[in-house]
Amino acid sequence: MRTAKRTIDSLNFWSGILFGLGAVAFIDETIFHQLLHWHHFYDLSTTSVGLISDGLFHAFSWFATVASLFMVADLRRKKSFQKKRWIGAYMLGAGVFQLYDGIIQHKIMRLHQIRYVEEVIYYDIVWNVIAGFMIVMGLAILNSAKQNSKTKVSDEPVA
Amino acid sequence: MSRLHNNEYTIWNLEDFLILIFFIVIITVYVSAVKQANRKYRNKWPIHRNCLFISGVICIMFAVFGPIAEYAHHHFVFHMYSHLMLGMLGPLLMALSAPMTLLLRSLSVRHARKISKLLKSKYVQFVSHPIIASILNLGGLWILYTTSLFETMHHSTILYVLVHTHIFLAGFLFTIAIIYIDPTPYRRSFLLRSVVLVLYMAGHSILSKWIFANPPVGVKQHEAEIGGMTMYYGGDLIDVMIAIILCYQIYKSESLKNIRKAIQLKLN
Repeated sequence: MRTAKRTIDSLNFWSGILFGLGAVAFIDETIFHQLLHWHHFYDLSTTSVGLISDGLFHAFSWFATVASLFMVADLRRKKSFQKKRWIGAYMLGAGVFQLYDGIIQHKIMRLHQIRYVEEVIYYDIVWNVIAGFMIVMGLAILNSAKQNSKTKVSDEPVA
Repeated sequence: MSRLHNNEYTIWNLEDFLILIFFIVIITVYVSAVKQANRKYRNKWPIHRNCLFISGVICIMFAVFGPIAEYAHHHFVFHMYSHLMLGMLGPLLMALSAPMTLLLRSLSVRHARKISKLLKSKYVQFVSHPIIASILNLGGLWILYTTSLFETMHHSTILYVLVHTHIFLAGFLFTIAIIYIDPTPYRRSFLLRSVVLVLYMAGHSILSKWIFANPPVGVKQHEAEIGGMTMYYGGDLIDVMIAIILCYQIYKSESLKNIRKAIQLKLN
């Protein structure tokens, strides 16, 4: 029984993480690449490792979005969707991916910059602070979801 | 000069005519097979599969015949459109129309057995492995765009036909290696197919960025840029369709598992 509950919990957690990752990649693609044209499709200073990393992340984020939504559908079908845990995991996933994008892909691999202006450092700071904020929020929500499920378990009469 | 031009025009027309006949024959074969199958089976062949097959054939036809194919000789962007239709969208639509199921239904038992024996052969088992199929598909594309093959192809009709046949066949093989619509004797796990699909999508997008930065021989820089982006976004669109179908199949098989479990519980 306990293992079944654990599986359900981790399914909720991972589908949230995957959807967060996919959502950030999607926002990045539509807003920063397509609408604002801040990001460049291909920056001439891109390293080949950066190109491969970007390709893998791009592919994985698309697949993650699709797969995570089917995982939610599956959880709802089993009537075991945990909204709070899912939203917490979603924020954590989104924050971690944005931090990865902001520090490793933009700065270390130099895939492309947030915007091609003189003082890109301010953009970088805002970008990464938002990422950090999402990670903290996500962890807090996850923690409270955990507390909730613990109290629920202890509330039940011992058989 | 004008006579030469006229001559060229006539030759092209003959080729176009033959291509058109070829596609009409393919559609006729499919539709008559449907009639044959409907005579034998009580449950009729669904109409949407006819539509899928015919739209798949039309996709491929537009890739090798007509205005898009004509422009594809001179403009790289149109080459990309035709490539997306020939190697990705056409094969996907055709795979969804379940051609092998139809073939098995319409043939006599003796012949159908031969076909299913062929499908179970070592060779088919090998090439339809997701990893092999994706290497055949992506590897072919990498060779086409990173070597001088792309330019050579436009000067030799045989090479042109060979390359285009390969793009279609490899695209079809890859699609049926990832999503199972037809009877598939050797089924690979969902995990393997998902991983291969992600790697394939990554390889496709890396190649399109590579083309963006390093134009193939004989392609202008700005054409390569638009072409690369077309390949990137167009490829994404079709790959996501494949991902949705694959995940839907996983989702459905999970529900099948649950039903089986419930039945077993009841029986016990």
